[in-house]
Amino acid sequence: MGNEYYRIALVGNPNTGKSTLFNALTGLRQHTGNWAGKTVSLAQGSVDFKNKTFQLIDLPGTYSLFSNSKDEEVARNYIAFEKPDVTLVVLDATSLERNFNLALQVMEMTTNVIICINLIDIAEKQGIEIHEKRLMNLMGVPVLKISARNKLGFPMLLDTIDRIVNGDIKCQSFQLKYPEEIEKKILKIEQQIHEIIGDTVSARWVALRILDGDESLINEITKQFKLRGDY
Amino acid sequence: MTRTKIIKLVDGEKGDIIKITALLLDGVMRRRLLDLGFVNGAFVEVAQKSPLGDPIAFRVSRTTIALRKEESGKIEGELIINGE
Amino acid sequence: MSLEQLYTEAQKLSTKQIRDDIVQHLYETSYQLCQEGVSYKKAKKDTKTEKLDAIFTSPIFGFPIMIIMLGIVFYITIAGANVPSTLLADFFGWLEKYLTALFSFLHTPNWLYGMLVLGLYRGTTWVISVMLPPMAIFFPTFALLENYGYLPRVAFNMDRLFKKVGAHGKQSLTMAMGFGCNAAAVISTRIIESPRERMLAILTNNFVPCNGRWGTLIVFASLFMAAGFTGGIKSLVTTGVLVGIVLFGVIVTFFVSWVLSKTLLSGIPTHYTLELPPYRKPKIFDTVIRSSVTKSWSVLVRAVKVAAPAAVLTWVFANINIGDTSILQHAVQFLDPFGKLLGLDGYIMIAFILGLPANEIVLPILLMGYLSTGSLTEVDSMIDLKNIFIAHGWTWLTALNMMLFSLLHYPCGTTLVNIYKETKSKKWTFLAFIIPTVIAILIPFIIAQTVRFFGWM
Ligand SMILES: Nc1nc2c(ncn2[C@@H]2O[C@H](COP(=O)(O)OP(=O)(O)OP(=O)(O)O)[C@@H](O)[C@H]2O)c(=O)[nH]1
Ligand SMILES: [Mg+2]
Repeated sequence: MGNEYYRIALVGNPNTGKSTLFNALTGLRQHTGNWAGKTVSLAQGSVDFKNKTFQLIDLPGTYSLFSNSKDEEVARNYIAFEKPDVTLVVLDATSLERNFNLALQVMEMTTNVIICINLIDIAEKQGIEIHEKRLMNLMGVPVLKISARNKLGFPMLLDTIDRIVNGDIKCQSFQLKYPEEIEKKILKIEQQIHEIIGDTVSARWVALRILDGDESLINEITKQFKLRGDY
Repeated sequence: MTRTKIIKLVDGEKGDIIKITALLLDGVMRRRLLDLGFVNGAFVEVAQKSPLGDPIAFRVSRTTIALRKEESGKIEGELIINGE
Repeated sequence: MSLEQLYTEAQKLSTKQIRDDIVQHLYETSYQLCQEGVSYKKAKKDTKTEKLDAIFTSPIFGFPIMIIMLGIVFYITIAGANVPSTLLADFFGWLEKYLTALFSFLHTPNWLYGMLVLGLYRGTTWVISVMLPPMAIFFPTFALLENYGYLPRVAFNMDRLFKKVGAHGKQSLTMAMGFGCNAAAVISTRIIESPRERMLAILTNNFVPCNGRWGTLIVFASLFMAAGFTGGIKSLVTTGVLVGIVLFGVIVTFFVSWVLSKTLLSGIPTHYTLELPPYRKPKIFDTVIRSSVTKSWSVLVRAVKVAAPAAVLTWVFANINIGDTSILQHAVQFLDPFGKLLGLDGYIMIAFILGLPANEIVLPILLMGYLSTGSLTEVDSMIDLKNIFIAHGWTWLTALNMMLFSLLHYPCGTTLVNIYKETKSKKWTFLAFIIPTVIAILIPFIIAQTVRFFGWM
C-alpha cells in the first residue's frame, strides 16, 4: 500500500466510549464494557480514508495525566513519548466538567488535538445542549459531537483528521495561564528542562509536572531517554 | 438565619448536598480526589450507601464516585441542603 | 544536571498549595468552558440509574440479586448449551463413521488411523462440542450485563468484604474478568493502583473458573449432581451446583487473600475510588455477535492449537508400550495411589498435568485415557459418557473432588506466563502456581478422607 500513514491516538477519561469508537471505525473487536478500566493495554487498528491510512490506537482510560495505576501509565506514556500525529480526546458529553480537565492537560503537551464529544445521544435525552462552535473558539482546536454507539458524526471526524494531517487546519490548542506565582516558577525551570530534554517533550509541560510532584513521570522520561540512547 | 454546618462527607445522609471546604489528605490520594472533582467549592451529593454501609457513592461533577470511609472521613464541607 | 537532580531541586519550589492550585485552576477553567459552551435545559436527572441503584445496591436485595444474576447467567448457559452440544457431538460422531470408512478404503495403517481419528479428531471435536456451546452463550450474556453497567455495582457491594481481608475492592472486577479468561484477567489487574493489592488479585484470580473449565464443571455437575432430574429442573440443579462451586471459589479467594495480607503481603488497605457509571443500554446485536463470534473463533483456534497436539500425544502415550503396558498406563499406575488419596485417580491426575497448557483439554485427555483401556469405544451420547466414568469407578465423590480440583488447581500455562510478565518475578509466579496447587490437594483430600471415615461412601 502506497498510502500515507498517520497515527491517531484515542485518549480520554475511563468509560467514555473510546473502544466503542475504535471498533466502529476500524471494524475490529476490542472489548467494551460499561465500567472504568475495561481497556488496560493499547490496541491498534487502521481505517483508510482518501488515500491515507489512519492507524488508530485505543488507549486505556485515564482521569488525568498524573497517572496513578499501570493502565493509566500506559495511556500517559503513549501520548507523551510516542507522539501521535493527531490525538483524539474522547469526552463524555454528560460529564464535561471532569472531562475537559483531561482535555486541557492533553492540550498542554501536544498541539494536534481533536475534541470528540461522545455519548451525544444520551446528552440530548438529558437536555444537555453543547455549542461546539463556541467551544471551538475557546479551545482553538476542532470540537465535534459524535455518538460512537450509533455511529453518528463519523464522516466529519475522519474529514477533520484528514485536514489536520494535511495541514489545512492549524490547531492552536488553548494554553492554560496559571496564576502568576505558578507561572513564575514554571519559567524558572522551563529553560533548564529544555536544555536537558530538548524538544522531545514539551518543556513547559514537564516543568508543570515537576511542580506538581509527578515523580513517576520524571523516572519515565529518564528511562525513555536511556532507551533511545540520547541522554 | 442559616448557620453553616461543617460536616465530613462520611457523615452525610442520602440526599445531602455538601460544599467542599477542605481535604484533609495528602499525597497520591489527595491528587486522585482532586482529579475526580473533589476540589474546593465543589458541590457533592450523597447518592447511595453500599449494602454493608461502606463505601458510599457520591455525585460529584456529574459523575458518581464511591469512596471508602477512610477517605470520605477526611473530606469536609458545608452542609448546604439537608436530604431529609 | 540530570532531570532527576532538577526534580529534587525543584521540589523546593513546589508546595502542597501549588499542587492544589494547579488542579483547582484546571477545574475552574473546565467549569468556565462548560458555562460558556454548554447549556443545561431543565437538567433532567438520570432517575433511572438512581432507581436501579437503590435496588441493586440495597442493603436487603443487593447481595441476593448478585447471586440470582449469576444463577440466571449460568442457567441460560447450561439450558441453552445442552441441545447444541448434543447436536455437535452427534454431528462429529456421524462424520467419524465416514472418516473411518475413508481410512479403511485407503488402507491406511492402523497406527495412522488411530492417531489421526481416535486421537486428533476425537480430541479436538470433543473440545469443540463440550466447550464451544456454553462459551458461545455465556460470553454474550455476560457481555450484555457488562455493557449495561452491572459490574461496578458488584464491586461497590463487595468492597467491604475485600477490605476486611486486606484486598482491593476492584478485585471484584478482575475476578469477573476471570470468568472469561484468567490470563486476560491477570492483565486487567492493572486497574488496581497499589502493588500489594494488585498482587493479591493476581495470586487468587484462578479461583474463579475460566471458560476453559466451564465445560468440565457443567458436564460433571449435570452427570453426577443432577443425575436424578430431567429437563428444566435438571438445568436448574446443575445451575445450583455451579453457583455453589463459584461461591466456594470466592470464599477461598477471601481466605487466601486474608492469609496473604497477614503474612507475605502484609500491609494496610490503600486508597480506593470506584466510579459508578450510569446504566447504558448496550447495542444488543453488536455486543452479542462480537462476543460470541470472537470467542467461538478463539475457541476453535485454541482447540486446534492446543488440543490437537495434546490429543495426539495422549494417543501415542496410550499406544506405545514399555514392557507389556503403555507409557500412559505406567504413569497412571504411578499416580494412582496419590489420586486415590484425593478421591480421584491416576487418569485424572495425568489429565490435569497434561492439561497445564490449557484447561480445555483436561476432559478430552481424561476421556481418551479411559477409552484407551478399551472398555468402551463408542461415545454417542451423554449417557455413554457417564458409563465411561462409572466403568472406571466414579461416584459423586469423584465428580465433586474433580470439580473442586478443577476450580482450585494451578493456573494454566498462558496465565502463568502473563503473571510472570506482569510481576516480572519468578518468586511470585512460583507462588501463583504453588498456593492453588496446595489448596487443590488439601481440600479434596479432606473431603475424601472425611467421607470415607464416616462411611458415607
Ligand atoms: N448510548 C451510548 N453509549 C455508548 C456510546 N459510546 C459508548 N457507549 C457505551 O459506553 C460504555 C463504555 O464504552 P467503552 O468503549 O468500553 O469505553 P472506553 O472509553 O473504551 O472505556 P475504558 O477502556 O474503560 O477507558 C459501553 O457500555 C458502550 O456501550 C454512545 O455514543 N452512546
Ligand atoms: Mg476501552
